[in-house]
Amino acid sequence: MIQPHDSVIVRTLGHIVIPVAQLFGVYVLVFGQHGPGGGFVGGVILAASMILAILIFGINAPDSVLARKILHGDGLGLLIFAGVGGLCLIGGGQFLNYSHLQIPSLDEASQHYVGILLTQIGVAVDVAVTGVSIAVSLSFNEDEISLDEVTHG
Amino acid sequence: MTFELPLLVLLVVTAAGAIMVKDLISSVFILGSYSFALALVWALLGAVDVAFVEAVVGAGLATVFFLLTLFGTSEKDTHIRRPPVPWTAIAGLPILGMLLLYGAGDLPAFGDANSPASIHVSPFYIENSLEQTRTPNLVTAVLMDYRSFDTFIETIVIFTAGIACALILRKGDS
Repeated sequence: MIQPHDSVIVRTLGHIVIPVAQLFGVYVLVFGQHGPGGGFVGGVILAASMILAILIFGINAPDSVLARKILHGDGLGLLIFAGVGGLCLIGGGQFLNYSHLQIPSLDEASQHYVGILLTQIGVAVDVAVTGVSIAVSLSFNEDEISLDEVTHG
Repeated sequence: MTFELPLLVLLVVTAAGAIMVKDLISSVFILGSYSFALALVWALLGAVDVAFVEAVVGAGLATVFFLLTLFGTSEKDTHIRRPPVPWTAIAGLPILGMLLLYGAGDLPAFGDANSPASIHVSPFYIENSLEQTRTPNLVTAVLMDYRSFDTFIETIVIFTAGIACALILRKGDS
C-alpha cells in the first residue's frame, strides 16, 4: 500500500541519511556501556532507519533489502539473550549470572562486561526486528513482499 | 533553573493540543512534539538515558506507527460532537485528584538524601558497579547485569508485541 516516493529530493536525502542513521544506531549500541544509550535505543534507531528505507524506496527495492531480510528473524534477539543466560547455566552458575560465563583469560569483571555487551546486542536485534515487523504489519499485505527476487523500483 | 517553567507550560499546551485538535495527523505530530519536550525535561533532571529513549521512541518510532495506522483508517476524527461528560466523572475525578494530592504529601522531597530509594540499594550500585562490571554507565550496569531478569522479560514483551501484530494484521492469501 505504501508506494515508493518519486521525489528526487526525498530519495537523494534518503541515500544520505539512512547509512548515517544506521551507523549511529550501531554506535549507540556499542557505546552504551560508556555513555547514554544501550541496546534498546540502538535497536530503535536501527529500526527507524530501516522503516525510513521502506517508506522512501518501497519494500521491494534493493535499498531496503536489510529490512526485508530481517523480517523473518523474530525471536533471534531473544535467543541471543537467553543463550547468554544458558551459557551461564552451563558454566555452573545461575541464569544470567555473568560471573560463570567461563571465558578463558578473562577476570570476573571483564566477563560481566562481555555479558552486558552480548545481552545488549540481543535486545537491539529483538527491538529492531520487532519495529520493522510492526511497521510492515501495519502497511503491507504478506503477498506484496517478494523475498527472493529483487525488483528495481 | 529558569527553564523549568517554560518547559512545563510547553508540556501542558502540547498535551492539551494533542487531545483537542480534530485533525488526527496534526494530533500525531503535536504528540511527537510533546515527547520531545518531555525528553528535554528528563535531560534537565539528569536522566540522560530516559531522555534518549523518550526522544527516539516517543518522537520517532511511535509517530511513524501512528501515521501508518492513520493511512490505513480515517484521517479525521468522526466524533466531532463528543458525548457529554458523565456525572460520575465530574464527581469522581476531583475526589481522585484530592486523594492523590493527599498521598503525595507523604512522598520524600525531591533530591532527599535520606529517602528509602537513596539509602537502600543505590549506594551499593554506585560504589561497586564499576569494579564489578567495568561498565562506567551505571544505568546500563543496573539494567543489564543486576536487573537483567527484568530486561529479559521486557525483551519477551517486545517480542510478543511484534508476534501479536503480525498475527492480527498481516493478511496473507495462503
